[in-house]
Amino acid sequence: MAAPVISVRGLKTRFGAQVVHDGVDLDVQKGEVIGLVGGSGTGKSVLLREIVGLMDPSAGTIQVLGQDTARLSERERLSLQARWGMLFQDGALFSSLTVLENIKVPLKEHTALPPDLVDEIAQVKVAMVGLAPDAGSKYPSQLSGGMRKRAGLARALALDPEILFLDEPTAGLDPIGAAAFDELIGSLQKSLGLTVFMVTHDLDSLYAICDRIAVLVDKKLVIGTIDELLRQDHPWIRDYFHGPRGRAANAAKGS
Amino acid sequence: MQTGTITSAWEENQFVLAAAGRWDIASAERLGPQLRNRGPDRKGVPVCLDLSGLTALDTAGALLLDRLIRRLREQGHVVAVVGARADLCALLKDVQRAAAGVASRHQVTVEKGPAFPLADQIGRATIGIWHEMLSMLNFLGLVTVTALRLLREPQRIRLKPLFFHLEQVGLNSLPIVGLLSFLIGIVLAYQGADQLRRFGAEIYVVNLLGIGVLREIGILMTSIIVAGRSGSAFTAQIGTMKVNQEVDAMRTLGLDPVEMLVLPRMLALIIALPLVGFFANVVALAGGAVMAYAYLDINFVQFARQLQVAVSTTTLFVGLVKAPIFAAVIALVGCYQGLRVSGSAESVGLLTTRSVVVSIFLVIVLDAAFSVLFSYIGI
Repeated sequence: MAAPVISVRGLKTRFGAQVVHDGVDLDVQKGEVIGLVGGSGTGKSVLLREIVGLMDPSAGTIQVLGQDTARLSERERLSLQARWGMLFQDGALFSSLTVLENIKVPLKEHTALPPDLVDEIAQVKVAMVGLAPDAGSKYPSQLSGGMRKRAGLARALALDPEILFLDEPTAGLDPIGAAAFDELIGSLQKSLGLTVFMVTHDLDSLYAICDRIAVLVDKKLVIGTIDELLRQDHPWIRDYFHGPRGRAANAAKGS
Repeated sequence: MQTGTITSAWEENQFVLAAAGRWDIASAERLGPQLRNRGPDRKGVPVCLDLSGLTALDTAGALLLDRLIRRLREQGHVVAVVGARADLCALLKDVQRAAAGVASRHQVTVEKGPAFPLADQIGRATIGIWHEMLSMLNFLGLVTVTALRLLREPQRIRLKPLFFHLEQVGLNSLPIVGLLSFLIGIVLAYQGADQLRRFGAEIYVVNLLGIGVLREIGILMTSIIVAGRSGSAFTAQIGTMKVNQEVDAMRTLGLDPVEMLVLPRMLALIIALPLVGFFANVVALAGGAVMAYAYLDINFVQFARQLQVAVSTTTLFVGLVKAPIFAAVIALVGCYQGLRVSGSAESVGLLTTRSVVVSIFLVIVLDAAFSVLFSYIGI
């Protein structure tokens, strides 16, 4: 098997006396879509922030694309960051820039492409994430929540990253919008060959596009495909996948 | 890692362009110029784009290929794309579809600018100021109505925020107001003494200080400092609450934002500003007294006696009566601009700046109006 794209070993996180993660291990393979779930306050977002380097873990190592994120020089960190994209919960677009300008930020920062090509790439990204052509010249405050997410996704994809990190991509979207967003991520993942790591609570997303699912329980990760997790007898996992919503999502998938 | 390349050759009757290697964003910079004039030199020749050597493709690379194909087709060549791996071909198709939408959009976005841009801007700005004045007047009305309603039910006045803001705008501003007023007193005394000494009338520096500070400078300085300090804070606080939708949440809970946010701040400032202004007066006179003692040998007893001759209580009240009005204006502008914040973090900054500028402007205009009024009625 090829070297994993993301590899986490023995990760521990402590906030004062409170232990959030105690020995988390995770391998994500290239081209895989992995979903991270867990109850509120189990540290899903913290784990995501640690992998992308926004927070430092208390102990353990994190390797992304073969590089140990804790031992990088500033230069190496920048060039590694150009190889992943991150979509924050509400898009986190820069509010003083238009959508197109937002997408151009990473392009201008990390490449020396001529302006007309940068412009065209940005416009193509706007079209690829399914935004109307005139959305590009709008400011984030003029967009709806779903459109902001799409614009945020376009910015995350600006540099054609190898890994895409998503924080609750479908939270706050209506079911139709959420399904369309799942489909969008799925099709972009296939055509661009992305590895996708997403924190989500949306069972439909898990069924629709995730290859494997990582569950944060008891400060550790339980990883497997949905079928494997359905057979798990840990109470939280059982409640999660066998609860009314889990059954409904499973039935929807089966039909 | 093999970077992207492009080679061209004649093969029988067709022109073959072969793209190979990694066509990604890292190679795009170098490939772009190489593609610019690539193509057969004769018109109407079939072109074969051979992608069999392609090992990787991303959006930027696909876009370059798409541009190449589009240009060749526009020049009248028949372009055939061969040999692409299925997954790369799918991406190329996606990008082509997206780029086609982009190209057709370019024609519609051409907008005609105004004939006289300067006149256009002046006109827009004037109308903007007019609308802002109207809507501020509207806000003044709203606040007045709410205040009158509250006057009928005084038990609804919220004491806790009122005292909180009293501490913020009153007590906490004393050090800075005191320091600046003391310095102003020193400067006034020094400059005045320099002039008056020529006539041997040093003692009249006390009259100058007394009337200057009590009638004008004390309150004006205090108002300007408070506008910069508290007016901006009002805008930023209320504006941030607006960004977080806290103001909307208040409305849905049946709470009136004017009653909850605006009136406590306004009332606090109306109570605090005369007090802070009086404090500023005293400190400025003390600064002047210190300077008079050090520079002119006027001791404190002489200073006090001369001050008693020079100013009456009317002088003091002529100054202080302006304070509540200035306070109301500063609070009104600060809260109004705060409630105008919409959506973004940028608008908080923009409106905070405007709040300070507008309130200082209005304070100075009102001060001038008061001067005219007082001289008209002869005080």
